[in-house]
Amino acid sequence: MADRNGASMPEAQMQIEGIGLSFGGVRALSGITFNIYPSTIQAIIGPNGAGKTSMLNCISGLYKPQQGQIRFEGQNLIGRAPHEIARLGIARSFQNIELFRHMTVVDNLMLGRHVHMRGGVLTGGLYWGPGQREEIAHREAVEQVIDLLEIQSIRKKTVGSLSYGLQKRVELGRALAMHPRLLLLDEPMAGMNSEEKEDMARFILDISEEQRTTIVLIEHDMGVVMDISDNVAVLEFGQLIAYGTPAEVKANPAVIAAYLGQEHS
Amino acid sequence: MEKLIQLSLSGIANGAIYALVALGFVLIFKSSDVINFAQGELLMIGAYLTYMTVQQIGLFWPIGVVIAVILAAVVGVLIEQLVLRPLIGEPAISVIMVTIGLSSVLRAIVGAIWGITPLPAPQFLPRDPVNILGATVGMDKLLAIGLALLLFGILTVFFRTSSEGIAMRAVADDQQAALSMGISIKRVWAVAWAIAAVTAAAGGILLMSIFGGVSGTIAHVGLLVFPVVILGGLDSIPGAVVGGIIIGLIEAFAGGYLPPELGMGHVTPFIVLVLILLVRPYGLFGQKLIERV
Repeated sequence: MADRNGASMPEAQMQIEGIGLSFGGVRALSGITFNIYPSTIQAIIGPNGAGKTSMLNCISGLYKPQQGQIRFEGQNLIGRAPHEIARLGIARSFQNIELFRHMTVVDNLMLGRHVHMRGGVLTGGLYWGPGQREEIAHREAVEQVIDLLEIQSIRKKTVGSLSYGLQKRVELGRALAMHPRLLLLDEPMAGMNSEEKEDMARFILDISEEQRTTIVLIEHDMGVVMDISDNVAVLEFGQLIAYGTPAEVKANPAVIAAYLGQEHS
Repeated sequence: MEKLIQLSLSGIANGAIYALVALGFVLIFKSSDVINFAQGELLMIGAYLTYMTVQQIGLFWPIGVVIAVILAAVVGVLIEQLVLRPLIGEPAISVIMVTIGLSSVLRAIVGAIWGITPLPAPQFLPRDPVNILGATVGMDKLLAIGLALLLFGILTVFFRTSSEGIAMRAVADDQQAALSMGISIKRVWAVAWAIAAVTAAAGGILLMSIFGGVSGTIAHVGLLVFPVVILGGLDSIPGAVVGGIIIGLIEAFAGGYLPPELGMGHVTPFIVLVLILLVRPYGLFGQKLIERV
């Protein structure tokens, strides 16, 4: 395994060990173990219902796996509340867009800065002094995101009024505004046309290269996945059936079987 | 003409107080989907706590009021933590029943501490008559309007600019996304209850000063919250303000112009409630919810 520049792999940023998750009698994940390396693009692929989103939800704290461990930069994530995990530097987007629909694009992005805001009930109400300086710093961070994602023209628009593709982009922006060290993207290109997909792929590569953010990506478009990711984890029926570089995974017979079906003779 | 102005002003004064109480109701509903039937009791608690600090302990009234408001906020947070927190994930109807039960319990506690007979209360707002366009209105009513407006102003700034206020709006909009932004929903709920208790207490204190007395019946104002929020829209903060003032005016006009023996002043807000539910169930500013089952 190597990153895009061919350098040898540093220590893992996230270690996922033996994750098992069941809902009642349904086993959603079992024995999932793999590492995520800093500043790489890590894809998670697999057929529908394979447990990809469940895996993401375990990382971001929405689900509590019954077995296993997830460590992020040495810290254990299991048992922490979602908002605590967000504060550790893990941001995410959702498969079905979860934006603050009644707020403007800028307000949504500002909410991404919430983890870095200090003002409490009383100091936040006071708009001057340190509060104002903090506000200016946050505005700058938001402007950078707006520039990077090329959404200047819609900044004042209410999110609910935007097209699907733009909403996806705003959701990515909101996660990015958190300045995360790990970014979880759940099907960022689902339902997009090829032009929008191309834009999104370009943004993801930009984020990875310019900000060195580690990206964990669930995506169904195999062309995109194989093009942009450094490592691919393949899930099927809640199990990790393959892990490796795109080329290795493509050649793996188990993966081919999972995607194309087994031939019965 | 004088009667019109007089009724309008006292209607707006009462309406501003209803709006304060309704605001807390809307805040709780927006951030946690809880319909709080104990909102009137929060108002009652605010009034009695002020009675305690100003009349019984004898503090200078601005200090007494501030302490009472802080205590009310503490009560609000405690109710959220002890009563509602364990109900997370329970069906809405259970939560509603619990808040109804809570209202009885709170009334009983207040009755046990301060008794059930009406108590004379300090009237710290000056009551000098003021002449406006030929009509005479008590200074205390004008001050009530002013204070309510001031509170709305403060809360508006809070929601627009403070990170806590923005977090509350975010939770109201999309809880899952709010969690992934590092927002603690539990903290937001506690803040919502604290603010609801404070605005209700402010309403209770104003009413107590205007009445010149306090008794358990002051909690009945809580019932008027329902016409207000149904008219304004259950999930709309501007709706609570506008709805409060409209209901206050309707009450004043119906009481002042219709034969007093009919008692229309008390009934009309609820007739409006029924009409709104028939014609526009989501209210003037509420969100039209489409639920697919």
